[in-house]
Amino acid sequence: MDKHAKLKFILTLLVVLVSFGALYIAQGTMNSFYIRVLNLAAIYAILALSLNLILGFTGMFSLGHAGFMCIGSYVAGILTMSPASKEIIYFMEPIHPLLANVQWPILPAILLGGIIAALFGFMIGFPALRLRDDYLAIATLGFAEIIRIVVTNVIPITNGALGLKNIPSVDSLLVYWGCAIVTLIVLMRIINSSWGYAFKAIRDNEIAAQAMGINIFKHKLLSFTIGAFFAGIAGALMAFLITSIDPTMYRFTFTFQILLIVVLGGMGSLSGSVVAAVIFSILMEVLRFVEQPMNLLGLEISGIPGMRMVIFSLGLLLIILFYRRGLMGTNEFNWNWVLNRLGIKTSHQGKRGEAN
Amino acid sequence: MSPDIFLQNVANSITLGSLYALIAIGYTMVYGIIRLINFAHADLLMVAAYIAFYGMLVFTLPWYISFAIAIVLTTLLGVTIERVAYRPLRSAPRISVLISAIGVSFLLQNLGIVALGARPKPFPRPDDLVWNIQLGNVSFLSLTILIPVVTIILLLMVTFMVKKTKMGIAMRAVSRDFETSSLMAVNVNKVIGATFAVGSALAAIGGIMWSMQYPQVDPLMGLFPGLKCFIAAVMGGIGSIPGAMIGGFILGICEVMLVAFMPELSGYRDAFAFVVLILILLFRPGGILGENVVEKV
Repeated sequence: MDKHAKLKFILTLLVVLVSFGALYIAQGTMNSFYIRVLNLAAIYAILALSLNLILGFTGMFSLGHAGFMCIGSYVAGILTMSPASKEIIYFMEPIHPLLANVQWPILPAILLGGIIAALFGFMIGFPALRLRDDYLAIATLGFAEIIRIVVTNVIPITNGALGLKNIPSVDSLLVYWGCAIVTLIVLMRIINSSWGYAFKAIRDNEIAAQAMGINIFKHKLLSFTIGAFFAGIAGALMAFLITSIDPTMYRFTFTFQILLIVVLGGMGSLSGSVVAAVIFSILMEVLRFVEQPMNLLGLEISGIPGMRMVIFSLGLLLIILFYRRGLMGTNEFNWNWVLNRLGIKTSHQGKRGEAN
Repeated sequence: MSPDIFLQNVANSITLGSLYALIAIGYTMVYGIIRLINFAHADLLMVAAYIAFYGMLVFTLPWYISFAIAIVLTTLLGVTIERVAYRPLRSAPRISVLISAIGVSFLLQNLGIVALGARPKPFPRPDDLVWNIQLGNVSFLSLTILIPVVTIILLLMVTFMVKKTKMGIAMRAVSRDFETSSLMAVNVNKVIGATFAVGSALAAIGGIMWSMQYPQVDPLMGLFPGLKCFIAAVMGGIGSIPGAMIGGFILGICEVMLVAFMPELSGYRDAFAFVVLILILLFRPGGILGENVVEKV
């Protein structure tokens, strides 16, 4: 038994409370630019966490995340736009009458975005998860592209290639990071439940897992659907953050960015994903300077647009070639490690892959 | 639909099918030998097209010299990619190699955007290669004949190489059994390098012909053709060269005909290939000519 369980629980609770407190204070004091970057980081964190559940914990190489995100964004966008702006924006073809006068509050719209994405995840997973490795990758990528192409073409619902504008803007850190923290906690609970053990067993050796009586298909589908759900949530949040969306945003190259975050954080580490997401979004902003004209030792260098993504793709390549574990490998942040460092002996000395 | 327009569509579909077939061979050879979807293959099209573009416009070289330079440089690039990004991961899990391939592709696209600008540029068509042919009421470009002819010649060459030459036999041996063939004194790394060289050269030729047929180059131009050619390779049975040809032609013909007969579905044109892919993977994962392999413990 872990005699420090109570202490750890209190510490966890404290961290959660402190982070909410910090968010509350930050909301009041930081300027809107920083808040926007942090909100983006939260969205990336949710995306990376959910992809990590599928890729890092269950070992399924899915490249369909942009598609699920697309669904979440559109569901949330359509549900929350005001009827007046819908009338203006859908000028190519009027919006479907069923949707014309709907206007939901933010939170239910986010939730429904997730649920519909999960529904699609379930329907796609049903046929696709019989495939493995690269075949699964290409099939899920295909499904994501199909989603995007359908969204581009059903104009009465999605307004086609013109996209949606005037989606109500939400800039509250509490909403974005609240969702991210809830995602983290839920996924942590899942990873440490019997489901999570089954996922990891499937990742490590599918045939052995099957021999141990794990229902492979059921667990894969479960992991995939949960991943799709959170990707949908992140998509909905993205719609509220940038307030105008169009289908080209959700190309599969976007999935590559999320993949980069997951690999950077370590495939199989939830805390790694969060850390990497924050690093990624901050670097995205910090590295903006390489795209702007600068003056280096009297030498005028004109900015090179797109240079940031070169740096990131090079980073992805270097990590996978030389540092495949990523920042955290399969380790998690855990209190045992912290307590050991503080000189408090715990029963097990910071074992691998153990959360809390 | 009038017979003229129908003939026009037939011509278009055969041209597109040939291009798909040519590019699909690179995918199928690489997959056959190291079980990897070489995502970077798609971007080699773009690289070759741009080198040819710059050769002709900026360095004002004759088209045949710029095409030759483009093919050679692209081949070198393909081999270098294998050497740098795939070879160190030979014993790593498959997912890592796949991520590495995605990384290379992502890098090439973004380098393309940085170095060449994101805006599409018109590709010059050399007058020696492209002219109009008038046949009754049907008028078509010489490319409609040129592309299938070049494709068929190259396909015959590759088939001959794989079936008859020593390197081809070594390739087949490595794709059948990696370890045993290395025990049989086959230099596996050299064989894999050669496979990448052949695949990249075909991708380069495909890319140049692609940009003559659809005369425009942009850094992301390889993305969709690449994916569709991979789908063609899967359709035909991955690892099989005749399979890749059949898959390429079927996909090209179906795509053009779908739009020709059902113009209202033309927005879904790009989705069509993916639907085909998913159906194939679900009902006949081995493809048309492939064998269905059950994974053993």
